[in-house]
Amino acid sequence: MGGVHPADKKITAAKPITPLAVPQTVAIPCAMHIGAPAEIIVQKGDKVKVGQLIAKATGFVSANIHSSVSGTVKNIGPVADASGYTKQAVYITVEGDEWDESIDRTPDLKRNIDDLKPEDIINKVHEAGIVGMGGATFPTRVKLMVPEGKKADAVLINAVECEPYLTADHRVMLEKGEQMLIGTQLLMKAVHCDRAYIGIEQNKPDAIDYLTKLSANYPGITVVPLKLKYPQGSEKHLIKAILGREVPPPPHLPIDVGAVVDNAGTAVAVYEAVMKNKPLIERVVTVTGDSVNNPGNFLVRIGTPISALIEAVGGMPDDTEKIISGGPMMGKAVNSLEIPVAKGTSGILMLPKSLAHRGEPAACIRCGKCVDACPMGLEPYLLSKLAKLKRFDDLEANHITDCISCGCCMFACPSNRPILDYMNFGKGKVLAIIKSRKK
Amino acid sequence: MDNVIVISVLILGGIAILAAVILYVIARKFKVEEDPRIDQVAECLPGANCGGCGYAGCRNFAEACVKDFNGKVCTAGGNDVMKKVADVLGVEAVAADAKIAVVRCRGSKDCRPKTSNYEGAPTCAIAAWTYGGETGCAFGCIGLGDCESVCQFGAIKVNHETGLPEVNDEKCTGCGACVKACPKIVIELRKKAPKFRKVFVSCVNKDKGAVAKKACSAACIGCGKCAKTCPFEAITVENNLAYIDFNKCKMCRKCVEACPTGAIKEENFPPRKPKEEAAPAPAKAPQTAAQSTPEKTSENK
Repeated sequence: MGGVHPADKKITAAKPITPLAVPQTVAIPCAMHIGAPAEIIVQKGDKVKVGQLIAKATGFVSANIHSSVSGTVKNIGPVADASGYTKQAVYITVEGDEWDESIDRTPDLKRNIDDLKPEDIINKVHEAGIVGMGGATFPTRVKLMVPEGKKADAVLINAVECEPYLTADHRVMLEKGEQMLIGTQLLMKAVHCDRAYIGIEQNKPDAIDYLTKLSANYPGITVVPLKLKYPQGSEKHLIKAILGREVPPPPHLPIDVGAVVDNAGTAVAVYEAVMKNKPLIERVVTVTGDSVNNPGNFLVRIGTPISALIEAVGGMPDDTEKIISGGPMMGKAVNSLEIPVAKGTSGILMLPKSLAHRGEPAACIRCGKCVDACPMGLEPYLLSKLAKLKRFDDLEANHITDCISCGCCMFACPSNRPILDYMNFGKGKVLAIIKSRKK
Repeated sequence: MDNVIVISVLILGGIAILAAVILYVIARKFKVEEDPRIDQVAECLPGANCGGCGYAGCRNFAEACVKDFNGKVCTAGGNDVMKKVADVLGVEAVAADAKIAVVRCRGSKDCRPKTSNYEGAPTCAIAAWTYGGETGCAFGCIGLGDCESVCQFGAIKVNHETGLPEVNDEKCTGCGACVKACPKIVIELRKKAPKFRKVFVSCVNKDKGAVAKKACSAACIGCGKCAKTCPFEAITVENNLAYIDFNKCKMCRKCVEACPTGAIKEENFPPRKPKEEAAPAPAKAPQTAAQSTPEKTSENK
């Protein structure tokens, strides 16, 4: 049901992952995940090492944050995120690159997972501050703690990467395939199940071949090539495509149909955390755009300003009108180049003038294309109107909370209506109302 | 043939009489006794259904007044209307402070350079939900006019030259609809002073001084000079932002002169007497502020 076919534009698919030079200062925000912000435990003037805990998780849905560099804490203050609103961050002046001794930095593969207990894996994942690295940044530990009375029978690895332009997961699969498969085994062990599926879109045949070959040594793991369609990588659509099960509307979760879904990058991070004792301090970011000189995939320390990434690809092209953090469908336009790379930053996309602007909105012609495009079976034309009128009760009755903000409705709209803006606003307000009702 | 006509007339007539009797009995039995004073009170009210009183509409408010008059205030109508309502109900009216809306942002297009362009749905609520705004200041007015669209009295309008809303003092009833509509909480209700005189901090930026100043040249930088100058201890500085308590403020306007950025605004005062030459010229605020609102904003641009 639904979905759209945006142009692929995977310009950087053949570019290997290059480590980006450590910047002079980093700003590490303490709210890089869904849930409660982490509590900062360092003070101005403290010396920190790479991998040292600098902010502690403050609730069940929260994540630890570690220093991605070694140096001195310069300041604890606000930093603007892509939205322009500020949140607390730890600013660190970089001095050398001294890693915490407990981190195993050797490239050797560690495959022996038999001695590990599921609780150990979950604890390690929590300590390392691992969150969903596809962009939603939901703390992975919470997904792995299967509630009582429910049972996971399959781990799904989301390696779809259906957003145009982005190739971070694609490169991770090709360059860290073994690590990803071991990570998958760890995830399977953590949730007590014996099968896993890796969903990959058919536009990455090299990754499909490579992982199919590798997975022969990993019993229980199957690679599933998937049809090319946006949003194939949405959690619910992945479950439907691979397991043929439909997740009921919220508050139901994937675990209600026995599935645990994690991103390809997350699987690698789990491997590194459990086997190598390395917390989540760096991630792969695709820096791309149609007119960018030398686009590429970079291994970036968390907290690096995006200006450093833009420099790495040969500077911002002259015709750049818009810079997006994330993919073009769900990413956010940024209004400053000093915004730090966070745990969920999968790409930096520079769009030229011809692609940067929205069309002039016109009246709704009731063509119903948004209804056809909506992968969740909603009626975006109606919901956007209700959100405009602030009729939150009616929005709730019409299942606004099912919206996954994929943007298909706006992509399909021939009248260029800002449907998604209204939908996001309505959904946010309705979720807040539901939350306040529970109290 | 005649028979048929007679019978039909009799049957239909009988039904009609029966129905009339049933309706009469039911109407008597279930008659709703409504206090006639509700209608009378409703007539006194402005009828704008602005919701400033906290009730769904004017009739709702009238019902509430008839039930219990104490503590009820029609914000839009003010003391005059409440006096009329009190007369209808035969009680004593208690005068309440009249309020007036002020826009606490001076970040006109000149003072606040744009850092990005917003192309989304053209309402403040959604723009604020999406991101901090088109300028470096994530606190100030967005200027898309949600306040204008909710005002039932045509009292607040966005000036497209400055990008900021302006309050028409004569028309503003202090109902507070704009205060509720503003997602950035830029609009405040303040006590209405004689001749619509106002002295207030026209900024809501809580960033540190340097950051605020970089984003907007008219921002409050939280320096605290106004608080030191104020002889009545009406000014407090909290979170890098000054606030003037309108219950303590005596409108001496010393703070307006002290403010280095012109964030404190005075409105509707007569022009100041030219100072002796020895006195250093204060920031531009006193000069501009001496004029009435519309002229002032045009000078700001």
